[in-house]
Amino acid sequence: MHFTDRVVPEHKLCVACQRCVTYCPEHAITVTKNELAYKENANWSPELRKNILKQAETGGILLVGMGNPRDYPILWDHLLIDACQVTNPSIDPLREPMELRTFLGRKPDRLEFVERDDGEIDLATEIEPQVRLDVPVIFGAMSYGAVSLNVHRSLVMAAARSGTLMNTGEGGLHRELYPYAGNVIVQVASGRFGVHSEYLNTSAMVEIKIGQGAKPGIGGHLPGEKVDEDISKTRMIPVGSDAISPAPHHDIYSIEDLSQLIYAIKEATDYEKPVSVKISAVHNVAAIASGIVRAGADVVTIDGFRGGTGAAPMVIRDNVGIPIELALAAVDQRLRDEGIRNNASIICAGGIRSSGDMAKAIALGADAVVIGTAALVAMGCRICQKCYTGNCAWGIATQRPELVRRLDPQVGSARLSNLLTAWSLELKEILGSLGVNSIESLRGSRERLRGVGLDSQTLELLGVKPAGVGQ
Amino acid sequence: MVMRIDCKGLYYRKQNKIIRNAAEEGETEFILDNANGQRYIGSGISKKIKITVNGVPGNDLAMFMNGPTIIVNANAQDGVANTMNAGELIVHGSAGDVIGYGMRGGKLYVQGNVGYRAGIHAKEYKKQVPIIIAGGVAGDFCGEYMAGGILVLLGLNRSEGEPIAGNYLGTGMHGGVIYIRGEVDEYTLGKEVSVLPLDSKDMKVLTKHLKEYCGHFGLDLDEIMAEPFIKLQPVSSRPYGSLYAY
Repeated sequence: MHFTDRVVPEHKLCVACQRCVTYCPEHAITVTKNELAYKENANWSPELRKNILKQAETGGILLVGMGNPRDYPILWDHLLIDACQVTNPSIDPLREPMELRTFLGRKPDRLEFVERDDGEIDLATEIEPQVRLDVPVIFGAMSYGAVSLNVHRSLVMAAARSGTLMNTGEGGLHRELYPYAGNVIVQVASGRFGVHSEYLNTSAMVEIKIGQGAKPGIGGHLPGEKVDEDISKTRMIPVGSDAISPAPHHDIYSIEDLSQLIYAIKEATDYEKPVSVKISAVHNVAAIASGIVRAGADVVTIDGFRGGTGAAPMVIRDNVGIPIELALAAVDQRLRDEGIRNNASIICAGGIRSSGDMAKAIALGADAVVIGTAALVAMGCRICQKCYTGNCAWGIATQRPELVRRLDPQVGSARLSNLLTAWSLELKEILGSLGVNSIESLRGSRERLRGVGLDSQTLELLGVKPAGVGQ
Repeated sequence: MVMRIDCKGLYYRKQNKIIRNAAEEGETEFILDNANGQRYIGSGISKKIKITVNGVPGNDLAMFMNGPTIIVNANAQDGVANTMNAGELIVHGSAGDVIGYGMRGGKLYVQGNVGYRAGIHAKEYKKQVPIIIAGGVAGDFCGEYMAGGILVLLGLNRSEGEPIAGNYLGTGMHGGVIYIRGEVDEYTLGKEVSVLPLDSKDMKVLTKHLKEYCGHFGLDLDEIMAEPFIKLQPVSSRPYGSLYAY
């Protein structure tokens, strides 16, 4: 806008971030759909026409932010959860304890015990490192650089308060956040930004990022404009230079190479931390996940094609990958069939929007879920999808100081914790209605799901019966 | 005190644990005899210890290393100095593929040749600048994605007509510098780099590091400096700045 004697909005510049609507003291502003649109055409949407015009002007790759917005089927919305009636009682979570604690990490094949001289029994099996989550929701990997330091502050404080983890993404961990090590997953990606032994050891878990749901198989570029003094220090690259993450890790060309990196990290952290490997959900995801587990990963994170991003080529985001629901079901089934499901935890990312989605993911086999976009929305994001411009009105996907200060980490972290508290309560209600008192009893229990409006092949892949079929 | 470890038949995990624990307790010098492919030697260690490796160490030697000095009296394998932060590595032989990947500090001196993707994505931050010097030739993709650091190829003991570096030299390079003792064919270069003559500042930097390098391998600095060098530098620190439509 420009202020003369009256306010004149510049409709062309509006991205529908809703900031003005939210903060107008008189509630006098509304954002409506621009009626001055292109002539209607069911085949040539206005967006397609705008994109072609933009590419005809620039000759560049179309860049977008946030997750895939296209109208692909959302399978969560075609899955329904069971409940108890008459023949077995439901449980009231308000009065009875409900166990939501989850431990991430490799579980032993069997437990062995020894009897002490005094008759007490001791566990003889050596247990691999585990990370405890009080709530099975982890904040997704969003790098400092893509998001502001206030976002990282909010996430890490909320994770500490709610007993869960945040993920640094591939841009390193700011020194100020080192005291929160117990609530941090540190990521090692192809660019190796900010990766050193102290960083690896300042964590609850280390994650090797192979892929991201929004952009499977491609790398990332943090534009030089975003690399200011502080980011340069955290990533350990010069101010103003592009931070380029190559598409592959150049020391990983095979499962054997992946194993080599997993154990390099374990050596550098003295085998004290679980190592996760994050991949995008792609066609052959089940076989890849099996290889990852056999390579020695303690956790497999699968990111579906609806997962978010700070910046990705539109053509990749909108056309590559597979839905997380199918990927998760396929991976869980494959690991069970091979008898190695206990060797790694499965984390499900990319498209979790509510506690309902979370419960369904757990029933399909996830140990925990990841929220990225949902966490950003809790902090103010209105999904205007302009993250890649660096001009985020909510102080999230920006490094401009006057915008960054709009997000108060105290407020942001409190809102994130509220969200996790709310989802925990809702999850307990779901467990209660299912007649179980622990999340372990729901995990991988596909019998408690039914599909509605799904074809028989999809149902088979999900391992779920159609609604209307009893036991 | 020097701690001698016979590595014959010793599993890497046990061997590295012995080194880490002893270093923690104050041991400063180690000699590994009969090394035979043990991985991750010196990996993640932040103490200023010295490790001499007699025999061939395994992959990812000195990965995430942060301070130690390692001397290898044989060839080294793949992934030497992977994501290394500080310290010194002297290899009295050749080294394999992907050496100095993501290296951001310290020195890697290889007497002989290096394999594919040497110095890939090395980076630097202020005074922390990694230095890689190879006495022989390098394979394809040398210095690919390089974002910082100094990489030197000397091309010593080459056979007649053998190129000093493979194809795609400096592809995607957006920081740092490569010095080459000799000429490279234009077609082997990545499109993000250009060939420049050395100025006096370059000569000063090069002489300083080569003096140290020659000291390790008993080479004559004047003889090495007698041949002309070329310099490869990225055209832009933002090679992909105009790739996208905003």
